Amino acid sequence: MVGPSGSGKSTLLRLCNRLEVPEAGVVRFRGDDLASLDPLHLRRRVGMVFQRPTPFAGTVRENLQVAEPALGDGAAAQALERVGLSGGFVDRDARELSGGEAQRVCLARTLVTNPEVVLMDEVTSSVDPSATRALEELGAGLAAAGVPVLWVTHDLQQMLRLADHVLVVIDGKIVHAGGAAALETDAPGVVRRFLAGEEAT
Amino acid sequence: MTDIGFVGLAITGLLVLVAIALSLWRQLGLEGTIAWAAVRAAAQLLAVGGVLTVLLDPAVSILWSWLWVVAMIVFAAVTVRRRAPEVPQVFSLALTAFGIASLVTLGVLFGLGVFELDARTLIPLAGLMIGNSMTATVLVARRLYDELRDKRDEVEARLALGQPSTEAARPYVRNALRTALTPQIETTKAVGLVFLPGAMTGLILAGVDPFDAVLVQIAVMYVVLGSAATTTTVVGIGVQRRLFTRDHRLLPTPSPKRQE
Repeated sequence: MVGPSGSGKSTLLRLCNRLEVPEAGVVRFRGDDLASLDPLHLRRRVGMVFQRPTPFAGTVRENLQVAEPALGDGAAAQALERVGLSGGFVDRDARELSGGEAQRVCLARTLVTNPEVVLMDEVTSSVDPSATRALEELGAGLAAAGVPVLWVTHDLQQMLRLADHVLVVIDGKIVHAGGAAALETDAPGVVRRFLAGEEAT
Repeated sequence: MTDIGFVGLAITGLLVLVAIALSLWRQLGLEGTIAWAAVRAAAQLLAVGGVLTVLLDPAVSILWSWLWVVAMIVFAAVTVRRRAPEVPQVFSLALTAFGIASLVTLGVLFGLGVFELDARTLIPLAGLMIGNSMTATVLVARRLYDELRDKRDEVEARLALGQPSTEAARPYVRNALRTALTPQIETTKAVGLVFLPGAMTGLILAGVDPFDAVLVQIAVMYVVLGSAATTTTVVGIGVQRRLFTRDHRLLPTPSPKRQE
């Protein structure tokens, strides 16, 4: 999902995770109106990783246990390996990690809940290039493994690297939805102008 | 017994003049405020003294004293609302908190027979309890609001993991309660070493045996500890409930406009 800042991309993700509720209209997940679902259960089915890493006070283990209190050391190490961190991280102070490490712990934390979909809100905007690559690979890997990822970015190169389907959001409206490959030719003028403008900067 | 009379009071007024003179000399610009504060304190306390004189008359029903206690609770809640206006419905919350703290502390003091229940004991004890819990109550309301506002990212990340709002808020409620109660605990530890507290000083000045005065003071400190812990906990839980929706979303927390 791409669009200018302030266009409503984050709001759309927050609606999907039910951190916000729509003033009008309906958000559905697999056919069910979100308003009719238990929000706590829904949030575990639709996981979310935020723009800035949000490590909680305590060790990495304790961070993972917020998602699953009964998580043992073996499962914790597995969760960390899933995001490319060694099991040795479990005893590290989560607040002492680098931005990229912290963001990966946040993703691991979300994956502990075994979400059916993962929402990624500009998760690479505050991490270094190597962590960006790692997170992109993790996102692509999740999608390949059958867990759809709704990835918000303002980086069009990143969109081209990752996206199978693209949503373009401008002024709170989805102005284009379709395959990534045909975007430059098939998209309406407003979308192409936005893409051209972004690429120029 | 000590009776300074109006002449004695007028003489201590010289010390207010000292404060005003110092303000003038150092150009603090506080002369007016100091004079107003001194006059206002005298007027308020004289009025209270007048009311107490009536209430303490054995012929007057103790119901009037209870009414006075209720008035103090309402006034305390108004003060909390004035100092933490950003917290939704903080008035009713503070009212509940002081009400529960009054039940608990006065229940122990009078229910278990520590003091004999009459106007002479009820009004000062309730006043001490409410007055000394007020700062901690304001502090916990503000602090928790600030914590949840400043750490919204973290709180929402917890919610996004499926934590219920009570659990997502728990670390921040704990921080706020600790922050609000710590000054009271420190005061309790330092008492006697650093300063002689008001109740005891007053009793000694009034001619009560110092040892008896100390016993009363210790009891008062325990009362204040218990009531501050009660009011802050009630307000802490209440603020948390008011800042989250039933479906576990954190409500908007605009930056507060506060008067100190």
